[in-house]
Amino acid sequence: MSKRKPKRWMIDLKVNGEEYEADIHASDLLLHVLREKLGLTGAKPGCLNGDCGACTVIMNGKPMKSCLVLAIEAVGTDILTIEGLIHSPIQKAFIEHFAFQCGYCTPGFIMNCQALLSQHPDPDLETIKQWLSSNICRCTSYQEIEKAVTSVLKQGGNE
Amino acid sequence: MISYDFDYYKPTSIKEAAELHQRLVSEGRKPKFFSGGTEIITLGRLNLIYTDAIIDIKGIPECKRWGFEKNELIAGAALSLSLLEEEPHFPLLKQTASEVADYTSRNKITLGGNVCGQVFYREAVLPFLLAESDVIVGGRKGVRRVPIRTMFHQELTLEPGEFLVQIITEEAYIDAPFLSVKKRQQWETGYPLITVASLKKDNFLRFAFSGVCAFPFRSDEMEQVLNDATMTYEDRVLKSFNYLPKPILNDVEGSDEYRLFVLKNTLVDFLKHFESGGVHE
Repeated sequence: MSKRKPKRWMIDLKVNGEEYEADIHASDLLLHVLREKLGLTGAKPGCLNGDCGACTVIMNGKPMKSCLVLAIEAVGTDILTIEGLIHSPIQKAFIEHFAFQCGYCTPGFIMNCQALLSQHPDPDLETIKQWLSSNICRCTSYQEIEKAVTSVLKQGGNE
Repeated sequence: MISYDFDYYKPTSIKEAAELHQRLVSEGRKPKFFSGGTEIITLGRLNLIYTDAIIDIKGIPECKRWGFEKNELIAGAALSLSLLEEEPHFPLLKQTASEVADYTSRNKITLGGNVCGQVFYREAVLPFLLAESDVIVGGRKGVRRVPIRTMFHQELTLEPGEFLVQIITEEAYIDAPFLSVKKRQQWETGYPLITVASLKKDNFLRFAFSGVCAFPFRSDEMEQVLNDATMTYEDRVLKSFNYLPKPILNDVEGSDEYRLFVLKNTLVDFLKHFESGGVHE
């Protein structure tokens, strides 16, 4: 094993429209940098294996599991976390339809739904199912989550 | 969190990446090429993979190429699997890639990462085995083009310091009739059990498999038997099992016996689909 000490990096990240600077190791995950360096704790650590989706954020318009992204890979991208959504239609719909129980998976689900509605303003049920199967809810609120998403569609989308 | 640190490099050409790898090795380092990096990150967290330098190939234009050139489809190693679904130039590849992991993960998992990974499944290689594609690999001796069936034996047999740049497929295979089915033990989102992909060319069915053994494969011997119309579907399938590589996977996702049971029924369905015009589940 090499004894050489890898260098540290000072990186710029654009998160929720704001520029942040962070001192990181190249091996630091985006999830941990968001939570521990930037104080944005909305993205949740769950499985840390890319299975559960609790850490989902949006990068350049696409949902990404931030436990599968090195922070250094995110330089130059536009990152949106749950903190960047304020009273969005999908957040309101989750409340109105009780689309959560313990709430731990909720930020990840909401970010996935937000990206879905941005990229597919009129998704069919198959597309909704395909996208949302990326996230797991241990409390099994799946029907309510589907109702929340479809209610936003009925209201005319994600404007 | 990954328990060790590494250096990060993002070269912008094949030559730069290959020279960088060679230099790092000569310095006693343990570099790894990195594309989507999902396996390096998840196995790194478990200390099952170690590297002290990663070479991110996403900055190399050839690795991001996706489109037709002179009657060939060029697929760069750094393309995300979700892009292969959203810009579907190759219907069989779209179908097979869309069954890997889940949609959000496929925004990160890349073609090269899936084909060159350590996981058993690596389903994205199946269409290329069936279409007899060529791989473009880069290394310190430059770039070479090799038929994938010459180079893929349980894994892509890259030489030290080489990395996958592109996979090239003749246009003649792109629109050939195909079927690709992924079977899971539970639900539609559980871990995979087996994937069977088939492509019909010159009235002959080709078959490739994932999840049956610890590696994806295509077997000429099995294809010969499966195309023998003098036998019943079930007899063909059972006889073809004489040529299955060994051992059959036997793990928490399914016993070897169960995998063969599912494989038999799936292959019978495939034969019915292609020869009788309908799939029977």
